[in-house]
Amino acid sequence: MDFELSDDQEALAEGVAALCEGRFDIDAVRAMADNGLDRGRWTELAETGVFSLCLSEADGGVGLGWAEAAVVFEQLGKTLVPGPLVATTLAAGLVDGAADGSVVVASVERTTGPAVIEHLGWADVLVIVDDDGLASVAVPELDATPHAQPLDPLTPVWTVAELPAGDRIGDAGAAASWRLRGSMLTAALQLGLAIGATDLAVAYAKEREQFGKPIGAFQAVKHRCADMITRVEVLRAAVYAAAVTLDGNGVDEPERTVAVAKILASHAAAMCGKDCVQIHGGMGYTWEVNAHLFLKRAWVHDLAFGDGDDLAGELARELAGNGAD
Amino acid sequence: MRRAVGDALSLPRAAYDRRPMDLRYTEEEEHFRDELRSWLASVLHDVPPVPDDHTDLVARRAYDTAWQAQLHDAGYAGIHWPAEFGGRGSTPTEHLIFLEETERAGAPYVGVNFVGQLHAGPTLIAEATDDQRSTHLAPILKGEHVWCQGFSEPGSGSDLASLSTRAVDDGDHYVVTGQKIWTSFAQVADYCELLVRTDPDARKHAGITWLIMPMDLDGIEIRPIDTALGSGEFAEMFLDEVRIPKINRVGDENDGWRVTNVTFSFERGTAFISEVISTQRLLADLAAVAQKVTRSSGTAWDDAGIRRELGRLDAELDALWSLTKRNVSQAQRTGMVGPGGSVFKLAYADVRKRMADLAERILGRAGLAIGESMDLSDLDHVGERLYTLTLTIAAGTSEIQRNIIGERLLGLPRER
Repeated sequence: MDFELSDDQEALAEGVAALCEGRFDIDAVRAMADNGLDRGRWTELAETGVFSLCLSEADGGVGLGWAEAAVVFEQLGKTLVPGPLVATTLAAGLVDGAADGSVVVASVERTTGPAVIEHLGWADVLVIVDDDGLASVAVPELDATPHAQPLDPLTPVWTVAELPAGDRIGDAGAAASWRLRGSMLTAALQLGLAIGATDLAVAYAKEREQFGKPIGAFQAVKHRCADMITRVEVLRAAVYAAAVTLDGNGVDEPERTVAVAKILASHAAAMCGKDCVQIHGGMGYTWEVNAHLFLKRAWVHDLAFGDGDDLAGELARELAGNGAD
Repeated sequence: MRRAVGDALSLPRAAYDRRPMDLRYTEEEEHFRDELRSWLASVLHDVPPVPDDHTDLVARRAYDTAWQAQLHDAGYAGIHWPAEFGGRGSTPTEHLIFLEETERAGAPYVGVNFVGQLHAGPTLIAEATDDQRSTHLAPILKGEHVWCQGFSEPGSGSDLASLSTRAVDDGDHYVVTGQKIWTSFAQVADYCELLVRTDPDARKHAGITWLIMPMDLDGIEIRPIDTALGSGEFAEMFLDEVRIPKINRVGDENDGWRVTNVTFSFERGTAFISEVISTQRLLADLAAVAQKVTRSSGTAWDDAGIRRELGRLDAELDALWSLTKRNVSQAQRTGMVGPGGSVFKLAYADVRKRMADLAERILGRAGLAIGESMDLSDLDHVGERLYTLTLTIAAGTSEIQRNIIGERLLGLPRER
C-alpha cells in the first residue's frame, strides 16, 4: 500500500496548475460569462491531453489512469476553469472530436418533462444518460431556451422542454461507467473548488487587518480556516481513494468509494465556499471578489452526477444490509 | 523542478514512473495479515470477556497486562518499536494492519498499557540511557510494568508548558512537590512519566525536566476522579516532597520539553485506527437498531433523514479510513505525519459527536439508561455517546488542534 502521489503525479499536478495559471487566469475565466466558452483555450486544454488523459494510446489518448485524471481535475476546479469538462472527458472515444477539443460535449440525465442543462449552448453535442444507455444529439437540433441569469455566471443553463431519444452511442454498461467516472471527476473538481476557496480565504485572513492585526490571528477566523483545510484533506483522501479504485488499484467496490467521495465533495465544496465568503466579510458578498464563484460552482456540481442525499440513502441501505444478522 | 505541461502529460507510457497511488497491500503485507489472523483465531476464544466493573482497576490491570504478555510471547508486542529494543520493527503499514485486525477480531484494547506502549516507551527509546532502557523497556513489552502520565496540572491544561510542579535539587535527588491531574490508571501504575519544573526563572519551555517516577515512593497520594460516564480510570496525584533519584532523569535537566515532544516523531498516523474500526461497527449496529425502534408509525429506519445521516456518517468514516492510509503512507515514506494528525483528530471527533446525536435520535427513550441494551443491541450506544465528549478534549482539545492547523499548516499568525 502506498497512498502518496508519485513524483510523476505531482509533476502532472504542477504542470496543469501552470497551464491554468497561465491560460485560465481569473480575468480570462470571468470573460467567458459574457463571451461564452473560449474555444481557443478549450483547444489548448485538449492539446495538453486533458480530455484524452484516460483514453488508451492505441485510441490516440494519453493512456494514463483515473488517479491522474483526478489530480488534473482538482487543478481545473481550483482555478474555476469553466465548461463541460467532465462530459467532454467522458465522451472522448465515444463522440468524435471530443478528445481533440473540436467538439464540446454537454450531458444530462434523462428526465420526463423539461430538463435544465448546464453548458448546452456552449456545446456541439449533448449526451443523454439513462439506465438503458447513452444517446447523443446535435445541439442545434434541440429547441433550447437560455436562462438569462444562471446561478453560477460561469455555468450557463438552458431548458429543453422535452429530450429527444437521440442516437444510441452506448449500452447500459457504458451508462453506468459514465455515471461512475463522471461522479468521481466531479468530486475531483469539487476538491479543487474547496482548495481554491480555502487558499483565497487564508490569503485574505493573513492580509486583512482589523483591531491592529491580521484577522487570521483571531481564533474565530483561524479556526474557521482550520475547519476548511480539514474538510479539504478528508475529501482529498476520499477522492484519491475513489480514483485509485477506478483504476483497479483499490480494495473496495468502485461504486462505494465513488459515492463516498461525491457525498463528501458536495458538502465540503459548499461549506468551504460559504466560509470563504464569510471570512471576506462584506467583500465576500461582492461580485468583484471570487468567493461567490467558488460557492456557486460548488452548488452547481452538487447536483451533477449524483446528489449527496440520494447517495447517502444508498449507503445507508448497504450499511443496514451488512449490519443485519 | 517544474516540468513543462507537455512533458508531464505526453510522457511515453514506458517512461512514466508507474508507482502511482495504490491502496492494495503487498504480498508481504498480506502474509503478515494472514499470520496475525490465524494467531488471533487460535488465542481469542480463550480470552475472557472484559471485566464488568469499570471501577475495579486492579481487575482491569490484570486483564490488560495478561493480554500484553500474550502479545509479547507471540512476538506482537511493541509492533512499531525498533527490533533492537525488543519490538517487532514493523512498517507503518504493518502497524495499521495489526491494529485493524486486532480490533476486527475483538481482541482486548491496549488499555492500561497505553502510556507505556505509546508514549513513555517511545520516549525512553529515543532519549534514555542504556541503563534506563534495559530497566524499563522489556517490562513494558511483557506487561510487567504499567505506566501513567504526570503531565497536566490543575493550572496547566492546554498551556502545558506553564506547569508548576517544583523539583528542588538535593544532591543526587530531586525533591518534587506539586499536583498532577488526569493521571489515568495512576492507581495501578508502577511508573509515571513526570514533567517537573527545575528552573522557575527560565522561560516556561526552558525550565522543564522529564523524570521517571516509581509510584511506590513516599509522598505520592492518588485520588480517583469519577468521570461523567461513571467510570473510574481518572485520577489526580498529589506529590509532597517526593524524592526522585537523579539517575531517573531522561535527557538533560531543563530539556524536558524537547524530550516530551520527541514522542510525536513516533506518531505514524496510526493513533485512531482501532477507534475508526470500532466506530464502523457501532454505526452498522446503529443502522440495525434503527430498524428495531418503533415509532408512532413504522420504525426509526423509515425516517429518510435518519437514513441519510447514517449514510453520510458511513461515508465520512470511510473517508477517514482513507485519510488514515494517506497519513500512514506519508509516515512510511518520510518517517513523519506532521499536522495531518491534527486534521484527522479534528474530523474524527466531529464525526463521533454527530454519530452520538444520531444515536440519541434513533434510540429515543431507550437512550435514558447507560450500559443496557433494552433488547435493541449488544453495544452500549448511550455510554459511547458520553464517551464522545472526551474526543474534542483529550490529547489536545479541538481548539488547540485548530490552532496547530491554522498556524503550522496554513501559516496564519499567532494570536499571542
